[in-house]
Amino acid sequence: MNAPDFMNPTRSFQGLILTLQQFWAGQGCAILQPYDMEVGAGTFHPATTLRALGPKPWKAAYVQPSRRPKDGRYGENPNRLQHYYQFQVILKPNPPNLQELYLASLEAIGVDQALHDIRFVEDDWESPTLGAWGLGWECWCDGMEVSQFTYFQQVAGFECAPVAGELTYGLERLAMYVQGVENVYDLNFNGRTGAEKVTYGDVFLQAEQEYSRHNFEYADTDLLFRHFRDAEAECKRLLDFGEPQAGANDQRHKLALPAYDQCIKASHVFNLLDARGVISVTERQSYILRVRELAKACGAAWLKTEGGGAA
Amino acid sequence: MPDFLLELLSEEIPARMQRKAAEDLKKRVTDALVERGLVYEGAQGFATPRRLALSIIGLPPRQPDLREEKKGPRVGAPDQAIQGFLKSAGLASIDEAHIVSDGKKGEFYVAITERPGKETPAVLAEILPGIIRGFPWPKSMRWGAASAEAGSLRWVRPLQSILATFGPETETPDVVRFEVDGIVSSDVTRGHRFLAGPEPILVRRFEDYVAALERAKVVLDTDERKRRILNDAKTMAFALGLEVVEDEGLLEEVAGLVEWPVVLVGTFEEAFLDIPPEVIRATIRANQKCFVLRDAKTGKLANRFIITANIEARDGGAAIAAGNGRVVRARLSDAKFFWETDKRALPGYAASRLKPLDQRLKKLEDLGIIFHEKLGTQGERIARIAALARELAPVVGADPDQAERAARLAKADLVTEMVGEFPELQGLMGRYYAQAQGEDASVAAAVEDHYKPQGPSDRVPTDPVSVAVALADKLDTLVGFWAIDEKPTGSKDPYALRRAALGVIRLVLENGVRVHLVSIARQRLRAIPDREASPSDRDHRDKPGDDVATVAADLLSFFHDRLKVYLRDQGARHDLIDAVLALGTPRSSSPLAGEVVAQRPEGGDKGAGVATPPLTPPRKGEGRGDGEPGKGSVDQTGAGGIVQDDLLMIVRRVEALGRFLDTEDGKNLLAATKRAANILRIEEKKDGRAYDEAPDATLILDAGAEEERVLIEALRVAEMEAKAAVAREDFEGAMKALSLLRGPVDAFFDKVTVNVDDPALRANRLRLLNAIRAATRTVADFSQIAG
Repeated sequence: MNAPDFMNPTRSFQGLILTLQQFWAGQGCAILQPYDMEVGAGTFHPATTLRALGPKPWKAAYVQPSRRPKDGRYGENPNRLQHYYQFQVILKPNPPNLQELYLASLEAIGVDQALHDIRFVEDDWESPTLGAWGLGWECWCDGMEVSQFTYFQQVAGFECAPVAGELTYGLERLAMYVQGVENVYDLNFNGRTGAEKVTYGDVFLQAEQEYSRHNFEYADTDLLFRHFRDAEAECKRLLDFGEPQAGANDQRHKLALPAYDQCIKASHVFNLLDARGVISVTERQSYILRVRELAKACGAAWLKTEGGGAA
Repeated sequence: MPDFLLELLSEEIPARMQRKAAEDLKKRVTDALVERGLVYEGAQGFATPRRLALSIIGLPPRQPDLREEKKGPRVGAPDQAIQGFLKSAGLASIDEAHIVSDGKKGEFYVAITERPGKETPAVLAEILPGIIRGFPWPKSMRWGAASAEAGSLRWVRPLQSILATFGPETETPDVVRFEVDGIVSSDVTRGHRFLAGPEPILVRRFEDYVAALERAKVVLDTDERKRRILNDAKTMAFALGLEVVEDEGLLEEVAGLVEWPVVLVGTFEEAFLDIPPEVIRATIRANQKCFVLRDAKTGKLANRFIITANIEARDGGAAIAAGNGRVVRARLSDAKFFWETDKRALPGYAASRLKPLDQRLKKLEDLGIIFHEKLGTQGERIARIAALARELAPVVGADPDQAERAARLAKADLVTEMVGEFPELQGLMGRYYAQAQGEDASVAAAVEDHYKPQGPSDRVPTDPVSVAVALADKLDTLVGFWAIDEKPTGSKDPYALRRAALGVIRLVLENGVRVHLVSIARQRLRAIPDREASPSDRDHRDKPGDDVATVAADLLSFFHDRLKVYLRDQGARHDLIDAVLALGTPRSSSPLAGEVVAQRPEGGDKGAGVATPPLTPPRKGEGRGDGEPGKGSVDQTGAGGIVQDDLLMIVRRVEALGRFLDTEDGKNLLAATKRAANILRIEEKKDGRAYDEAPDATLILDAGAEEERVLIEALRVAEMEAKAAVAREDFEGAMKALSLLRGPVDAFFDKVTVNVDDPALRANRLRLLNAIRAATRTVADFSQIAG
């Protein structure tokens, strides 16, 4: 590779991200930017959830910051974060050589397959909140899970036709692996040395501490309960308003995307409430169900839009 | 004879599905061939992470020809009949039919259709697409552009290529040509994903297929991969002075994750060996699919583990071992953190001055975790189990306080960090944490062992405290699910209730424990929250005891079924079990003993709660037994009806009966009883009445034969003594008492005619036969016994 040393994916976190973007751009993917809302996983980005529905071909790749409020460890655990990056690739329909493309992308970021043991280990993916499932694997590199590989079968309760292939790279884990670092906060972020060097800890340690406090101790639960109800109500309201009028010429839904934003919001608020420990085991199920109902309704609305393939 | 080879190459097949898939493929293809008249000499199915393969040897080159004859109408029959025959036989004109002469009836038309057998490859090409489309994967998927259309091919993961060849050993085989969803069969395959080149491998037949795969770094046979892994692992361990902690389930899984196993050794820091060895093993097994090693002499876990890689790495596996070591280290750091956290005060409970595990128990109660929506919370369940364990303690010889304490702590580890991460360590971690906070050794042991036995081969606890809690846990589960009518049906047993019942049976029998299951069930049923019934329901229930009695009786019959299965597995004669259990169903009353109060064995020193009266099985024409405790302090069991709820006594009785029937006296009495029963059955049917009254002793004295007089006295004595012996639980004695009947019964049958003309005498003799049958029912229902 001719890139300068500080962009080398085995020395630089951002170099790794840029290498993956370049690789997938080379496969015809639209390189998108992160969605501007808090989500639990890259799958929530409408570029995956909604674009996986309907007949239209779609190829995209993007980094998505993922929030898992419950996984916060006040910056004290070298492997667990409440905010981390996923690199997400979605290809609809999945090309027949998706496994080979994935392996080539690992080569590109410095995983030499003559040295490392890459394995595809059964992992059936299911998102109860998105009403989605698929079959695939967790991809192991020398015993460490570095990616998830899923053939979407259903999203928002609808069969995927055609099926999309989804790849999710755990960027911090992969970077720790290729950089040979034991603690996530020691990752070299910008690939520079000496005074120029910026570490992952420089960027995120304080945030991990503060957000852990927020997620577990200070988030206002009454306010969050209200936010949940508001987001749920707003989602339903937008879905109703966007619904095509009976007999109108245009039978397309007009507000699928804004409604879906409210679904994402409800999901994240639920995760925060869960982290605060104020949702009992029995209530938990019913909250998950409520979010899923929103996701399903948004999926149904999306299928009535141009992006969803409606005429 | 030609051979057939099939390979279905796909993306990685889940390890747990491979073996069954190879078997399914073999069965479906060979069944379809046999159905089409193609029998074969041998077939073998194979699976690797990326392929299913099937080798069938000794197939005929073509199907046998089929010749069908269809008989038609007589020559000269009406045209309508002829036309109908032509239509059904598929003939164009009657000239195509043969004429056959039948000696008596004249000449008939016969249609002969000959279907020549097809070439075997054509048959294969016909059946394979359907087998592939309908393959019974536990979970299957669609993929690629084809999945835009409904009905596209489903496979466990994307199917990539199909190899199918057919031919005799001496010639180049042909490709069996067919196509499934655009995948066209061929005679090429590919080798190992990383170790073989991308160029296709040309395959002729099974022998060169296996050899070519081996060259391309693929071991086709799962058992061969397992053998190589275990062998290499043992060799490497031995070189380090260690031995492999063998694990068949893990070995099977690992063999399903690699096509070319390469065994390596990884290392972690010795400091992690402070963590309980089971935790280390669970961590390394669950997350890394690696084997742990132990010191061959001391048996202590070593800080090494065995990795099975899928490649021969350029550096000899150094990077792979190092990478796996890092992951293991990170996982063990987590485990060590959990291990230490769980032994410390819980945030929010530190001020409670409770011990660490008690704090977890409190948290479990506070969380209000639902055990089952109709059976309340885990906290409520724990309280029920603790109360029952306390009551059972004296019966099994345990200290009641210890039993209750152990039962209270038994589920507390469910809210520990460690069990949250490794659910399979439940119980074991509770034991460690109980030990760590200084619980009595028996209490700590019971926290682990109360889950046991988990199946027919699992260890049965023997420490009385463990036995009490294990019984209480299982009985509470069984009674609970019976109360809400969630019983096992057919193959469905989601709450593992059969296993729980077997656990109770093994605990009771192997520890010689005497418990009356019905009494316990009835008492515990009242402790189950009645969440379903609305208050008005409760008011309107006429007989609250009724429900309880029915449910308890049903649960008892479930126990009987499980006991039969268990004893049969142990090699006991099932007819003897039936003969003993049949006594629980009362029939005619004993004619000689007058009013009989069935004697129930009084088991040891029972807890107060276990002493409620036993259940009376419902009888026809009567109300059900009064199930209200306190009301009926007298045992109202119908005469001869025995509540068979003491499993230990049932088994003792079966054993004694078996020994008795092995003796001459036993065999003889069985034959005589059966003879008596046969005569009775015939005569009672003829007369349309039963002869179940007591024989008239005066009539016998006045007009009976000498043998009758001897017999009625012998019956009186035998039944009395047998009953007394049963009451003492002396089943050998009961059998012995009955054995004295042999002589008088034999003499009676020898010398006395039952069906005499005098109706009074005849009726009385029939009653005497009934008395023989009744006497034997003190120990078993002889009519259930074979022979």
